[in-house]
Amino acid sequence: MHLSLRQRKALWGYAFLALPLIFFLVVRIYPALSALNMSLHQWDVMSARKPFVGLRNFVELWHDQVFWKAALNTLLYVVISVPLELILGLLVAVTIQSVNRFRGFYRTIYFVPYITSTVAVSWVWRWMYFKNGGVFNQILLSLGLPAQSFLSGPEQALYCVTAVVVWQALGYYVVIFLAGLEMVPSMYKEAAKIDGASSWHVFRYVTLPLLNPTVVFLAVLGTINSLQIFTQIMNMTSGGYGQGDLGGPLNSTLSLVVYIYKQAFYRFQMGYASAITVVLFAIILVATLIELKVLSRRVEY
Amino acid sequence: MVFPFLWMLATSFKESAEVFNISLIPRRPTWENYRTLLEGTQYLRWYLNSAIVAVITTMSEAFFDTMAGYGLAKIRFPGRGLILVLILSTLMIPTEMLIIPWYMMFTRAGLVDTYWGIMLPGLVSAFGVFLMNQFMQGIPDDLLDAARIDGLSEFGVWWHVALHQVKPALAALCILVFLGNWNAFLWPVIVIESPAMRTLPVGIALFSGEAGPEWQLIMAAASLAVVPVVVVFAFFQRQIVQGIALTGMK
Repeated sequence: MHLSLRQRKALWGYAFLALPLIFFLVVRIYPALSALNMSLHQWDVMSARKPFVGLRNFVELWHDQVFWKAALNTLLYVVISVPLELILGLLVAVTIQSVNRFRGFYRTIYFVPYITSTVAVSWVWRWMYFKNGGVFNQILLSLGLPAQSFLSGPEQALYCVTAVVVWQALGYYVVIFLAGLEMVPSMYKEAAKIDGASSWHVFRYVTLPLLNPTVVFLAVLGTINSLQIFTQIMNMTSGGYGQGDLGGPLNSTLSLVVYIYKQAFYRFQMGYASAITVVLFAIILVATLIELKVLSRRVEY
Repeated sequence: MVFPFLWMLATSFKESAEVFNISLIPRRPTWENYRTLLEGTQYLRWYLNSAIVAVITTMSEAFFDTMAGYGLAKIRFPGRGLILVLILSTLMIPTEMLIIPWYMMFTRAGLVDTYWGIMLPGLVSAFGVFLMNQFMQGIPDDLLDAARIDGLSEFGVWWHVALHQVKPALAALCILVFLGNWNAFLWPVIVIESPAMRTLPVGIALFSGEAGPEWQLIMAAASLAVVPVVVVFAFFQRQIVQGIALTGMK
């Protein structure tokens, strides 16, 4: 068989893409459609019958107090952690950039939490938060301040978890901001300085607008990550010594993903759990689109 | 930033009576916690499992992501645009939406509680394909054509020429994939059932849940997981940080 050069190239193209394409069809696209399908069924693993129920799972979700609690908590995780990560990350990056010595050392200190196991650091923090004799309460008591409930009370638990999320993610924000700051051409800054701008004005009106793509990238990434928070909650609130159930106390730390996990793998309600994953998918999609639209607008000047 | 790590290390060398002593220096330092951990649990096995999973996944992604990225960026063929859109559209699907169908599929295929079961979802990634596609596009076509005229097949051009051109980006991708899989928790905790199959994060999570008030053991388990990562990072700090910045910028 004689093939033209172009046909031969096309064959190579298909050969290169064949396995990856099969992979994406079987491991990503088919399961995603399957989740959509399951969300329309009453899919109890324990029962042989899995009847089609239309949108009943979603209607049930609408009336599910725990779902709304999880959704509200997830919203709180996002609106607390993302701005904090952005502001602290930028602050630390600007500070590191302004020091001339030990830059690598400072960068390392902030970056190490990011590369370490979330499971391991969650347990370390859980121990520091421990109500009776944990590091934080010992410090508070030695300063003559009242001990706090931290993870063991519904008032503070969510904020305690968020603090760990921010602590761990901060290094990533610092590294990306540092890379962004390096790309700001110094001639703009110098020109502004010659025109008599203070360093705050240079930062506010020159550096920050030029950093906008970095801010958009980090805001979108941070939002997607926070919407999917799971590991910290799983390790800081479930089982273990002296603490209550997963997502507790009193569902105060329950996130959407933790609720999905509980419905699917504690209660085996795969259809109901799938319906929550479909909602989560929609939330992530909408949040990303809104952020891209709102945050990117500012860059047109 | 580093205080949690200092307390973690200090406590891992303390006796149980001293766990809630705030001092960073153990009164009577002991290796006992580490011995209990290594002799009384399958900790080393969990380490090995994590290494196997992370290394194979990283190699698989390096292979398939660059192959797909090269095919999409540098070979023209009908349907190319459609395939690219199809692969990139999967970036929007959150993992949470897939774990339940995966669990069903893998149960039927007998993959639950096996290495393949843990690794399969991560063998190729849309992010990796996207990243490699971006960097492959930057390679001058003249360079590839020259290699073709020299008689290299398309496979040879990818393997001998294109891969060298994207080395820094590929290294960055490998680091990210390795770290991601080394620390992965959501899918492993679902697909793993027996203690011997646990990866390190799953092992630590379940062990710590059962260790009760034995915080010094939990801290030893965390230290053994964290310290090697920090040591590796200290050696490759520049490459890792620059690599991650590089992938964040594209």
